[in-house]
Order: sequence, then structure tokens, then C-alpha cells
Amino acid sequence: MAGARDGAALAERVARESYGRLLAALAARTRDVAAAEDALAEAFAAALRAWPASGAPDNPEAWLFAAAKRKLIDFARRAHTASQAQDALAIAAEELDEEMRADALPDRRLGLLFACAHPAVDEGARTALMLQTILGLSAERIAAAFLVEPAAMSQRLVRAKKRIRDAGVPFDVPDPSVWPERLQAVLEAIYAAYTEGWSDALGADSHRRGLSEEAVWLARVLAAHTPDEPETLGLLALFLHLEARRPARRDAEGRYVALDQQDVGLWRDEMIAEAERTLFAAAKLQRAGRFQLEAAIQSAHARRRFDGVTDWNAICLLYAALVDLCASPAARLNQCAALARRDGAQAGLDLLCDYADAHPELGSYQPFWALRADLCARLDRRAEARAAYDQAMARERDPAVVVFLQKKRDALS
Amino acid sequence: MKYAILVYETADDFAAREDQDRMQAYWAAYSAYADALSKSGFGAGQGAGLLPPHAATTVRVRGGARQVVDGPFADTKEQLGGFFIIDAPDLDAAIAWAEKCPSVGSGSVEIRPLMTM
Repeated sequence: MAGARDGAALAERVARESYGRLLAALAARTRDVAAAEDALAEAFAAALRAWPASGAPDNPEAWLFAAAKRKLIDFARRAHTASQAQDALAIAAEELDEEMRADALPDRRLGLLFACAHPAVDEGARTALMLQTILGLSAERIAAAFLVEPAAMSQRLVRAKKRIRDAGVPFDVPDPSVWPERLQAVLEAIYAAYTEGWSDALGADSHRRGLSEEAVWLARVLAAHTPDEPETLGLLALFLHLEARRPARRDAEGRYVALDQQDVGLWRDEMIAEAERTLFAAAKLQRAGRFQLEAAIQSAHARRRFDGVTDWNAICLLYAALVDLCASPAARLNQCAALARRDGAQAGLDLLCDYADAHPELGSYQPFWALRADLCARLDRRAEARAAYDQAMARERDPAVVVFLQKKRDALS
Repeated sequence: MKYAILVYETADDFAAREDQDRMQAYWAAYSAYADALSKSGFGAGQGAGLLPPHAATTVRVRGGARQVVDGPFADTKEQLGGFFIIDAPDLDAAIAWAEKCPSVGSGSVEIRPLMTM
């Protein structure tokens, strides 16, 4: 029984850790992302059947890769693919075998990311496609993160994959001359992946656990490939600042601790130092951008570790610049929260109401209601605060956060 | 992968073919492009120039009846003026060749992968 459990647990762990690497390696030659996804899903299913019974293979990743490759060839045969396509697939299979004989599977994830960010792919699908292919996120999860309908998102993803295959979009890290037009989408995908992992306050969701580490890793690799791109460095600096606070984000019982309640003694100094060095290197390139601004905001928060003071004025100015540059819902909400800290809850709530009038879509976003509830509570507008907590809880997937919100609501009655 | 480089030209481009002042530059540009393609190894040695849309005839059969109309399939500002077939490793390589095609500055170039048979 222990063997069965271990086999299943191992399959799940490899699925989590190696999904993007395996998919990128499988799709790099055939350029058929959808077929590679199907083949990989079948390979994982086969592993879940085989490993508990016969024990896990020495190299689980290689086992999965070989199984998925066989499935790809099966698919091509079943589809009665014309002879030329079969030849291409045979060559691809040989090349894949060569890769397998190499010591380690080369990492083609960056190539896959850039393929997804190609200008020939529908702009609205690029980031979502990266999240699905590199991190194995479901269309439903991605749809929730992008505030769109799951059916519409699935359809967009299917169309984008078909286009990558049929148009012959390359799977390489492209020439630096085209980075400016593609890098932004790649950075946004890595950022969205990080946010997905970060928002799992309890770390209880095994699919989400590891997403943040994965995103940090991808940012590091990308920064090594594109050392003269300030936004890549800005993104990495942002992640490092947030990661530095990870030990302080939960209390001993695993409950979420808000930033201003965190024990700064638990923050990791060496990560803060690396974040500051990275942000400084970005600033020296003298091209400001969204991720550098976000990193600068976190840098301003990090100051509390050293002198116990938070410079809310600087943070308000940085958020105002961020909203000017990229008016994302999260940037607007954080700007309102920072303003409430500097000028009082009423000022924050006034700006929040202005934004809600101008952008009704904010109403479908959990953090909007949580912030509204908090600001109303601070102004002693209890009935409004309770109603807003109800709206926030109705839009939250994470049970730990629902408990957190419920507690705050209970404290109002 | 094989791609068709579909050359779309404006009425003015088509006029340049027979304009005494411009025809030399026009044909020199296409012949240089075709030469560069074949020397590069990307050219698949296939392609054709098409006579202007005034020479086009469009045929349809509807309800068993043949309809023959003068002129091209769609009356648009840019019309198909010819095509090249290239053999390129991927879309980026095809885009790089499309970018060099003389029609990009006035008309446009459409890249279509060829079906594999």
C-alpha cells in the first residue's frame, strides 16, 4: 500500500515539477502544443496506473517523456497523417531520442514562452497560453485570473494552439531585436503565475504550491538571457522582495498575516539585499516600466525592516505612477489602500468609489469587496462593511481566505 | 515548412509595371528579390507573376448555373499580383523574407503555409 501511495505521490510531484519542461520539449519539434498536451496527459495517466504496481522508474521524467513521445506517434498514425507529416514526426522522434540520451532534458521552456508570445498569436491569448503550457493551469483557473468566461478562454486557447502549429511559429528564444515586442507578454505570464501561487495563502493547494517558485526560477533564467532588459530585472526584484517576506506571511497556525501586521524580524535579509541590487541594476538602464515600479513599491515597504517606518507618501506616488502606466484592477485597489493609509480611510474609499463608477468590472473582483469592506469598517459604516464582506466571500475560492474574511465580518456585529 | 509568399499590390504598383519611368525600377526590384531567394536556398523555385486584375475573370456555379463575371474575386484596394513559394524553417524566417518583398512598402505580403500532401 505504501508503494501504491508513493507511486501516486511521485507521479503527482513530477506532474507538478516537470509539466512545463516536458511539454516544451515535446512541442518544440512538432510545434503541436495541443497534441503534446494530450500525449502528456495520457503519459501521466499511464504513470498513475503503472508506478504504484511496479514501482517508480529511476528517472521518472525520462519515463514520462518516452511514454508521451509514443503517444504522439500513435496520434499521428491514428489521424492517418499524410506521409510527409509522418516523416517529419519520425525525424522529430529521432531528435527527441537524442535529447533523451543527453544527461538532462534540455530546458525549452523559454522557447515555448516566446512561441506563445509571438505576434502571430492572438494578443488576448498569449499570456493565458503561456500559463497553460508552462505551468499546466486549467482554462478555468486562467479564466478566473483574467476575469473572463471559462468557455471563451478555452476557445481562445484552442485557436491559438492551432495557429502556432499551422503557421509554423518557432519555439526558440528569439533574436534580441524582437524582445521589445514579445518580452512584455512573457513577463506578464510569469507575473500572473507568481500571483496565482502567492494568492494561495495557506499553501494547501498542491497544484498552486510551487507556482511561485517556478515563476521566480523563470524570472531568473530570463534575466540571465536578457540582462539588458530593465523590466526583466524589475520583475525579478519584485519577486525577491515578496519572497523575502514569505516566512512572515503565515502565523504558527498557518493563518494569513497582512503585510502591516508581519513580524519584520522574519523577513529574509539576504533576499531583500538581492532584490535591491537587482532593482538598482534595472534602474541604471534608465528605462522605467511597470515591474520596476512594482518592485520600487515593495522596496519602499522593505524599509520597515531596517528603521520600522513605512513611507506612505512615496508608496502613494509610486502607485499613482503605476496606475498611469498600467491601469490594472490590482494597481487601482492598492493605490486606494495606500491612499487610505496616508490620508485616511475616507480618502481611500472616495477614490475606490470613483474607480468602481468608471470601471464596473471591478465588482466581479474579490479584492475590491475586501478593500471596500475594510475601509467601510474603519469608518464605522458597519452594515455596508458586512455587505461588502459577503460579496468578497462569495468571490473567494481559497477556504483560508474565506475564514479570514468571515472573522473580520464577525468582528463587526 | 513551405510557405506561399502572396504578393498584394496597389493599383499604382500594377501601373508601375508599364510606366516608362518606373518599370525598370519595378522589375529590377522583383528580379533582385527572386535572385536573392534562389541564392539563399530558401527559394523553392516556384512562383509566378500574375497579370493585373483587369485581366481577371471570376467564375461561380450557383444552383447548377454558371456565372462568369469580369474582374477579380473581391474588389479591394490591394490585389494579388503574384506569389513565391519558399521553404523556410519557421514563421520567423518566412516573415524575414516577406519583409524583403518589394510590395511591402506600398501593398502588403500575406504568408500562408502550404498544405502538406
